[in-house]
Amino acid sequence: MTRGDRPGRGGFPQGLPGRIFQTWLALSCLLVLLFIVVPLARTVLSPDSERMWETLRDADVLRSVGLSMGASAMAAVLALIFGTPLAYVLARREFPGKKIVESLIDLPIMIPHPVIGIAFLTLAGRNNWFGQMLGSMGIEIMGTVTGITVVLLFVGLPFYINTAKAGFESVPLRLEKVSRSLGASPGATFFRVTLPLCRRAMLVGMIMCMARALSEFGAVVIVAYHPMIAPVLMFERFTAYGLKYSQPVAVILIVLSLLFFFALRVVSRPKRIQS
Amino acid sequence: MIRVDSLSLCFAGFGLRDVSFHVAPGEFFALMGPTGSGKTLILESIAGLVDRARGAIRVAGQRVDHLPPERRNVSLVYQDNALFPHLNVLDNVTYGQRYHGIKEDQGRRMALDLLERLALSHVAGRLPLNLSGGEKQRVSLARALACKPDVVLLDEPLSSLDPQFRGDLRVTLKDLHRHSGLTFLMVTHDFVDALTLAERAAVIRGGGLEQVGAVNDVFRKPATAFVAGFVGMKNIFPVKGDKECDLGKEARFAVPGATGPGHVALRPEDVFVSLRAAAATHKVGLPGTLLAVWREGFSWFAEVACGDSRFTAALDRQFLDQGKLDPGQSVQLSFAPESLHFMPEV
Repeated sequence: MTRGDRPGRGGFPQGLPGRIFQTWLALSCLLVLLFIVVPLARTVLSPDSERMWETLRDADVLRSVGLSMGASAMAAVLALIFGTPLAYVLARREFPGKKIVESLIDLPIMIPHPVIGIAFLTLAGRNNWFGQMLGSMGIEIMGTVTGITVVLLFVGLPFYINTAKAGFESVPLRLEKVSRSLGASPGATFFRVTLPLCRRAMLVGMIMCMARALSEFGAVVIVAYHPMIAPVLMFERFTAYGLKYSQPVAVILIVLSLLFFFALRVVSRPKRIQS
Repeated sequence: MIRVDSLSLCFAGFGLRDVSFHVAPGEFFALMGPTGSGKTLILESIAGLVDRARGAIRVAGQRVDHLPPERRNVSLVYQDNALFPHLNVLDNVTYGQRYHGIKEDQGRRMALDLLERLALSHVAGRLPLNLSGGEKQRVSLARALACKPDVVLLDEPLSSLDPQFRGDLRVTLKDLHRHSGLTFLMVTHDFVDALTLAERAAVIRGGGLEQVGAVNDVFRKPATAFVAGFVGMKNIFPVKGDKECDLGKEARFAVPGATGPGHVALRPEDVFVSLRAAAATHKVGLPGTLLAVWREGFSWFAEVACGDSRFTAALDRQFLDQGKLDPGQSVQLSFAPESLHFMPEV
C-alpha cells in the first residue's frame, strides 16, 4: 500500500478525496472560462470582414461609440470629483448611520437598471417641478448627452466610491497623524500624503466606473433613446434589422471592454511602495 | 516644556484617569508601562491627535489642548517609523519645514546636515522601501527634528528594531538629544531604554500614573508593587502591620523602614543562593528548596521555594561551579536588609 492509498479517517482512502478535489477544481475552472469565452468568441468571429469594415466606417456607429466613450469618461471624471470626498469620509470617519450610507451607495448596483431610468424620468421629466426648474436653467436631462452622462454616473459611482474607499483605507492612518504633527493641515495632509498614495486605487475606480458606464443600456434607453449610445444602437439594429447587423456593433463593444480590462490589469498591478 | 494636568479620556472600555506630569525644557523623559496601559494615548493627546481628551496640556508655556496638531509644534516619531513611502529620504526629512517658516534652501541645508550627522547622506535619494529598519528609524528622527519642534514625542522608537540596531539607535538618540537641546518625551515598555536614555520617568498602569520621578528613583525606589514588578524586582511580598514579612511555614524576616502594611521588593541580583553547607555572609538568611534553574542570555536564575513563597535569584558563577544543582535540593537564601525596599499600602 503506498502512502497516498493509506486509509484515512473512516476507512476512506486518503488519496481519493484529493483527486476528486483536484478534478472538481479543474472542471469548474474550465466550465466557467468556457461559459464566458464561448459566447463572446462566437460573436466576435461571426461577422464577415466586409460587414465589419462597413460598420467601422458607419458614421452612426462611430458617433454612438464616441458618445458612449465620451459620456462614460465624463461620468468617471465626475465620479472622481464628487465621489472622492465621500469615499474619504467613509474610509476615515465613524458616524451614526454609516452603514446606511454605504448601503445607499451600493443601491445602484442592486436595483434593476430600467428602474433607474424610470426614477430619473420621474424626477427630471418635463412634468416634474425639478425637471421644469432644470429646464428653466437650460439644463435638459431627458434625451440629451447630459441625461446620458448623469445616468452613467449614477450606475458607475458605486464602483468608483468603493474602490477609492478601499484605497483610502489602505493608507495607514499613522502617516496622516505624522503629517499633522509635522505642521500640515488636514487639507495639506490629504493632498500631499493620502491622495498620492491612493492615486492608483482612484484610477482603478475610474476605469471600473467607466467600464460599467460603457456597458449600461437599461437606464439610458429610458432617459435618452436619442442621441444613441453604442448599446442602444446595437439594440436598435437588432430589433430593426436582425442579428447580423447588430453583431459588428457588439464586436466593437467587446473589443472596447477588453481594452478596459487590459488597462485595469495594468493599472491595478501592485506597485512596490510600502511604508 | 510640557505640562499635563488632569488629562482624562474615555474610550469604550478604556481611558486615561487624571494623568498629571511635567517635563522640563531639554529633558529626556520616559513614559513607561505595559502594552495597553495608555502610553501612546498620552503621547497622541499631547500631539493633538486624540479627540475628546479633557484636562490641560501646555507646551512651551502655551496651553495647546484646544489647538489642532499642526499648531502645537510637537513632532512625533512612531515605532513603525511611518515614513511617507512615496517620498525619498530627503523629501521625507524636509516635509514639515514649509509649515514652520523654514525657507526651502535653508531647510534643505538643515536636512542634509541632519542626514550627515545620522550617517544617512548616502541614502538621501532613496525611497523608504529600500532602507534597513535602523535607517528608516533614523530618517524618522531626522524628519521630526528638521522642523525645529519644541518637543519630540517618541512612541517606542526602538521596539521594532533588532538588538544590534537597537543599541546603535540608543546611542544615536542620546547624541541627538544632547546636541539638539530639545525636549524628548519617549514612550517605552522596555526599562533598559528608559534607564539608558531618560533622566526622569513615569510609570503608567491602566490609564493612571503610578509613579513619576527621577529614573533612578523609579528603578531603585518604586512607589508601588506594580512599579516594582515592572522595573524588574521579581521578589515582591506583602508586609503586614507587624512590619514583618511572613512567607509562611515559619519563614519570616523583618523589613527595615516598614511603617505599616504594604509590600517589600527585592531584586533577583540582590538575593544570594548557596548550598546549605556554605555560611551565609549576609544578615538575613532563609532556608529554601531549589525549584528550577534557567538561563536568560548570559545570566542564570534560580527559583527557590521559601515557606509558601517563591524567590527568584540571579546566580553567580561561583555558585554554578559548585556542581550539580537538582530541583528539590536544599539551599540557603540570603540578602542584605538594606537591599529590601518597602512600599507602604497606597
